[in-house]
Amino acid sequence: MLPDDEGPCLVSLGLNTHLTQCLLLLAAWGVVGIAGLVRPLSLVLVGRVLFPLGAMCGAALTVVAAVSLGQPAEQTILPIGLPDLPMHLRLDALSAYFLVLLGATSCGISIFAAGYFRRGEGTAPGLLCLQYHLFLASMGFVLLANDAYAFMVAWETMAVSSYFLVTTQHRIPEIRKAGFLYLLIAHVGAISILLSFGILQGGSWQFTFDAMRAAHLKPDWAAGAFCLALIGFGAKAGLVPLHVWLPEAHPAAPSPVSALMSGVMLKTALYGMIRVSFDLLGTPTWWWGLIPLSLGLFSALYGVVFAAVQTDMKRLLAYSSIENVGILFTGLGLAIVFAGVDMQAAAALTLIAVMYHAMNHAFMKSLLFLGTGAVLHATGERNLGHLGGLIHRMPWVAWLTLIGVLAIAGLPPLNGFVSEWLLLQSFLVAYRVPHTFINMLLPLGAALLALAAALAGYVMVKFFGVIFLGQPRESSLQQAHDAGLAERLGLSWLALGCVLLGLLPTQVIGVLSVITRQLHVGELPPGDAPWWLLVPIPARESSYAPLVFLAVMVALVVLAIFSVRIFYHQRVRRGPAWDCGFGALTSRMQDTAEGFGQPIRHLFQPLFDIVRELPSPFDRTPRYRLEIGDRFWRVLYQPLGGLVRRVADSVAWLQQGRISTYLLYSFVTLVVLLALML
Amino acid sequence: MNAYDWLVQVTGLVLPVAAAPVLMGWVNQCRAWLQNRSAPSVLQPYRQIRKLFHKDAVIATNASPLFRLAPYIVFGTLATAAAVIPSISTRLPFTRAADAIALVGLLATARLFLALAAMDVGTAFGTLGARREMMIGFLAEPALLVVIFVVSLTTATTALPMIVERLSAQSFALYPSLAFTAVAFTMLLLAENARIPIDNPATHLELTMIHEAMLLEYSARHLALMEWAAALKLFNYACIGFAVFIPWGIATSYAPGGVVLSIVLLVAKLLVAGLALALIETVSAKVRVFRAPEFLATAFLFAVLGLLVRLLLGA
Repeated sequence: MLPDDEGPCLVSLGLNTHLTQCLLLLAAWGVVGIAGLVRPLSLVLVGRVLFPLGAMCGAALTVVAAVSLGQPAEQTILPIGLPDLPMHLRLDALSAYFLVLLGATSCGISIFAAGYFRRGEGTAPGLLCLQYHLFLASMGFVLLANDAYAFMVAWETMAVSSYFLVTTQHRIPEIRKAGFLYLLIAHVGAISILLSFGILQGGSWQFTFDAMRAAHLKPDWAAGAFCLALIGFGAKAGLVPLHVWLPEAHPAAPSPVSALMSGVMLKTALYGMIRVSFDLLGTPTWWWGLIPLSLGLFSALYGVVFAAVQTDMKRLLAYSSIENVGILFTGLGLAIVFAGVDMQAAAALTLIAVMYHAMNHAFMKSLLFLGTGAVLHATGERNLGHLGGLIHRMPWVAWLTLIGVLAIAGLPPLNGFVSEWLLLQSFLVAYRVPHTFINMLLPLGAALLALAAALAGYVMVKFFGVIFLGQPRESSLQQAHDAGLAERLGLSWLALGCVLLGLLPTQVIGVLSVITRQLHVGELPPGDAPWWLLVPIPARESSYAPLVFLAVMVALVVLAIFSVRIFYHQRVRRGPAWDCGFGALTSRMQDTAEGFGQPIRHLFQPLFDIVRELPSPFDRTPRYRLEIGDRFWRVLYQPLGGLVRRVADSVAWLQQGRISTYLLYSFVTLVVLLALML
Repeated sequence: MNAYDWLVQVTGLVLPVAAAPVLMGWVNQCRAWLQNRSAPSVLQPYRQIRKLFHKDAVIATNASPLFRLAPYIVFGTLATAAAVIPSISTRLPFTRAADAIALVGLLATARLFLALAAMDVGTAFGTLGARREMMIGFLAEPALLVVIFVVSLTTATTALPMIVERLSAQSFALYPSLAFTAVAFTMLLLAENARIPIDNPATHLELTMIHEAMLLEYSARHLALMEWAAALKLFNYACIGFAVFIPWGIATSYAPGGVVLSIVLLVAKLLVAGLALALIETVSAKVRVFRAPEFLATAFLFAVLGLLVRLLLGA
């Protein structure tokens, strides 16, 4: 299908190349953004015209990138930038796939955003529109960049534009603080990526990715480059212990932005990691994979355990993102191990599972974040303790969110299940890795992964049950209204994505195997299964057919409904809830979000930093306070911050505040330099 | 794939659905015998279900459509699960659509809808039951998956019919890994089916109940379906156990006699398993709800131990 041994063709910037079309669409996002500045205060312009236009660009980008997936890689040089440093761009299957992810997800999010932004959101709508579309375009450029310079420029633009989006409501001190933390860790990561590129060029001092592919690094240097890239991209993805910014920044941002950050931006970090480990470094060494594997497993469990005890719905989702990033990096590590020991089919399967999960998570997490956005608008509440019963007031949002909830809980036949299924399948062949102990430890990863997936189900029952089911916990919730048309459309688009990605796995995997082939990772063994049946490794005979599965399940449910109707009656009486006859049921008697998380808090107590104030029996005004903090703050970040402060203080005596001292410094420096030179 | 296969498949679906209540009745009867009580008929669960179907359903005013839909979904999912499990034959066409991992997913789907429906009316008991059910689920589900991993490492597949065929082709030997996982699986079966050390299907005491707490707001046909689904779940778990630990006798060929024989053997296995279940329930005391995670963590660790033993010893 793909002539992959031919080198990528260097294309001129004709309109007929996919790369040019992609560039034009990214530029169109930029133009849409700038157009927002024409009338920065006009919600009509921004909401009715610009965001829908942005969504159309996203849809077009999806189509163009999807078409280019089967084609050989294209690359070009764009004569902009610093003198002698033009931008190298390249569109290969890996970039194209992540561009599809970006385009398809952002299309839904932009449609939603068209109806979402209102007055009083802090930043003026026009400015917000500019930041939003710059963010989108910069993510696209990250995926297309083919040299370190273009990559870093796009990467930093992405970080800065998203920083401004996070601090949309900059009048609130907590949000400014969250934004600062985000920017800080983003830059620590960027430095690490930059250093990694510095090693990757391998003495050629050419910072194009082509030069890095050609460079032959010594094993130690290659390992160093890999670790630096892992720190850099891990910081962006929210890998524990570099995750602390994520639960602060994601909830602070407006919901469409949270959706973009969680759904798409975290995936650019995964893209970078795949690019470095499988493309720029050539074939990775197997033991490198153990680092992302163990960090990923830890992140997955850590994230989901923290998600279970959250009381803020967006924070809960942010922690769930950490879990999913953990799953992605676990899979990436496993793929590296497989590739390193030359188990090509297994490596291809694992990498496919990872990229599949990236797409799935983009859809389901965006859906859930947008769902919380709709709830936030309707009620003004983010705290789970003040929500409840919204399925009656907001049926559209509730039912569409339910699809996302079922998907992210990893239930068949939705999309979350397929990628987890594939990942478990690849864990089950890990016992063949030819290294003793490692081959015994690897299948245990599957056990931990299963634990994380099951906990995700717990978290999602809590999320959906507390927000949408039960009785409203505040009387003001009675005035809540369902989402508007644009918001419903955006949510439906993402929900549809979740369903389709779940039902057509064979097709998605067919597309993904183009990427593994182009990256020379390996290929899935050929099989003769029909199009509706997924058999990843024919020799193992494990198969899954979601369409048949769904058809049988629906048929049985419908059969149950109709046979009850036909053979019995349909009489229903409505009455007050029975509740064992206790009567006088108030909404305060329901389980709170804290209560629902209690078993997890109890079971995983050592992970948490718990501050609890219990009322004594003699209190006139009893007060109960519970704060659950992240241990990493105390163990890692506060000592680190203290160290930085001490170093800064000890350097500070240089700053005397007298101009004569400063002149003395200059004089001494000059003398020293002269002495050295002469 | 031919008409005969489909006939066996339909039998494999209808038989568990139809016979699930009688298994419940049998367990109740054995328990009554062991506890020196006079036993109700084994057909009592059918009478109960029939009675409930004829009653008028009373639904809380603030119940959402999810609440009314959930019994059908739970029932339908568990029936689908019954179709996937090779209980009488391994020549089941539908099992290609779902392997052992998908089966665990199906059971999880049923649990999730049950828990969501319990939270829907917003009573104290419902949410309490949902929380406890999910607390059991989040440890039981991975433990069940690990049990399946152990078997799948032995048989190099996750397709259930293949697992049964390859296991029953082996000569009978006591595999240490399977012994560990069998202990884990028994513990799971007790916890997942609201049985005694974890839950007691016979009480309605708010300090202890889990499964019943979730069903409190249901009545009439919805309750009947939920009760039936619970019986079906027990039947499914028993059949998973048979398929994995005592697969001998499950028909692997086309011969119609084999299927008849395997049905007879299935009945015999169920009779013994029901008696064993009643015995376990009679001799053990219910643990406090706070201890339930410990019980399940033990099950999970047993399963992981089985996995390690399997990887270390290769047996």
